[in-house]
Amino acid sequence: MAEIVLETVGLTMRFGGVVAADNVNFRLKAGELRCLIGPNGAGKSTFFKCVTGLLSPTGGQVFMRGHETTGWHPHQVAALGVGIKTQVPNLMDGLDVHENIWMAARRFLPMQDAMRKTAEVIERLALGPIARTELGRLAHGERQRVELGLVVAGDPWLVLLDEPAAGMSADDVERMSAIIRDMTRTAAVVIVEHDMQFIRSIASTVTVFHQGAVLMEDHVDRVMADPTVRNVYLGKKA
Amino acid sequence: MASFWAKEVPATLLVAALLIWVMPMLIGTYTLTVLVIYGMLGFSLGLIWGFGGILCFGQAAFFGLGAYTYAIAAINIGDSTLPMLLAVLVPAGFAALLGAMMFYGRLTDVYLGVITLVVTLILFKFINSTAGPGYVIGKARLGGFNGIPGFQTLNVPGRPDVYIFGDPFYYFCAVLLLIVYLLVSWLLKSSFGRVAIGIRENETRVALMGYDVRARKTVLFSIGAAIAGLAGALFANWGEIVTPNLFSLGQSAEIIIWCIVGGLGTRVGPIVGAAGLAYLKFLLGQQSMIDNTLLTGIILVLFVLFLPKGLVPAVVSLWRISFGQRRSIRKHGARRIRSGSMGNG
Repeated sequence: MAEIVLETVGLTMRFGGVVAADNVNFRLKAGELRCLIGPNGAGKSTFFKCVTGLLSPTGGQVFMRGHETTGWHPHQVAALGVGIKTQVPNLMDGLDVHENIWMAARRFLPMQDAMRKTAEVIERLALGPIARTELGRLAHGERQRVELGLVVAGDPWLVLLDEPAAGMSADDVERMSAIIRDMTRTAAVVIVEHDMQFIRSIASTVTVFHQGAVLMEDHVDRVMADPTVRNVYLGKKA
Repeated sequence: MASFWAKEVPATLLVAALLIWVMPMLIGTYTLTVLVIYGMLGFSLGLIWGFGGILCFGQAAFFGLGAYTYAIAAINIGDSTLPMLLAVLVPAGFAALLGAMMFYGRLTDVYLGVITLVVTLILFKFINSTAGPGYVIGKARLGGFNGIPGFQTLNVPGRPDVYIFGDPFYYFCAVLLLIVYLLVSWLLKSSFGRVAIGIRENETRVALMGYDVRARKTVLFSIGAAIAGLAGALFANWGEIVTPNLFSLGQSAEIIIWCIVGGLGTRVGPIVGAAGLAYLKFLLGQQSMIDNTLLTGIILVLFVLFLPKGLVPAVVSLWRISFGQRRSIRKHGARRIRSGSMGNG
């Protein structure tokens, strides 16, 4: 059986009276690709933030490759070798693509290797023509791709992506799923996503969140065929 | 990094040597010295604010701390070498503590401004209230409102009776500013500096890459304070007295104005802004028609309205526009000649 790279035990997050994540038990094996879906306010992003350290959970525990990371800061989580992309694009707008990716690579590599890695990532994600362009001048799809580049540059063994396909054109989405499939060769990937087309295209196991808790966990096709999921996710009509 | 050593360092040395040589012919060295010192003070905030994104309302606190440290240590030690060193280390240490408290406490920009401002006020009030004979550090009386006069000024290391003053002191300050400038330039080209600029651009992203933003900001803040402390020590030597006014809010505000007017995010800008505005203030001080602070205020407003990026970036872009065109014309000309000769051949 493959190693468990990410596990949460009874993870709970309360905001005042609202329980945004309720006793979530989650396990991810090495090399697995997992999508988290659920209607708005289901607790996907809260769960994501608790795992990445952007929020400190009110209860429960988070384990990554055996380390307990509950309440760690994002930079400590990232330093373990976890690549993170937040829902809101987080990029250094005043700097060019090359500098952005270099900085991600430099964290884990010495100077010369970081330069080589940067060139490699730019090549791999086909960012060559815009490598010297400031991030602030790029289109949304390109920015998303650069942010994936930042994640890739750190050679992570666990990748956490919050809505990577949001607001992208069909072409961009296709390119994005190719990149993500490529990632799974070396890392376990968790994706929070709304776009069912996208989830089908990368065909994976899906965890459905509803009202802060895990509703079910299965392959995407079976999940989509499930009447309960259709009820909560698509509304009563379906 | 290669072009830094091959091009930038020689060019900087050349320009600086020229300026150090020419400026005394235009402005008296006594005034010039203080302009250089203010330049260094402006530069210290220009580094942490312009490149690290840390807006510190209390840069004057480190300036004053440097000056007082120098004065107190000079009285106790007698030779100026160690006091100069202490005047750099004490503000740096103080800033490291203050910075760690603020950055590890996850304070946002506004509260950072408030805390640095209040720290300056506390130091000002405290030093002001030390007039009593009880406030003594070693042989030095803090002197409250009257400040500390009569300390050992800069001397040749190891020889307390050979003073460095007048013209040599000007050259000493100018060369120190040049050294600090080159060190900071090198720092900004290094990985640490580049990540610091990344933090200015997006703190969350840099943290998500795995960098400890808090530690890095604390270090940068401390470096800025060290430079301000050095400027303070030089100022103490120049004025031969230190007073609580060094810590005043007016002084802190002025440093921020220097940076805005000169051009934030550039290295030269804050130095030019500081020296330029301080010289203007000096000239205006010789007449009583217009109020000094009023004019500084008007200049700030005009810059924010019409040159929001500051003087140096504006001049640079003007330079690029004019030179860029000239170069492209020359290129066209060259192409025409080449095509002509091809046609003939």
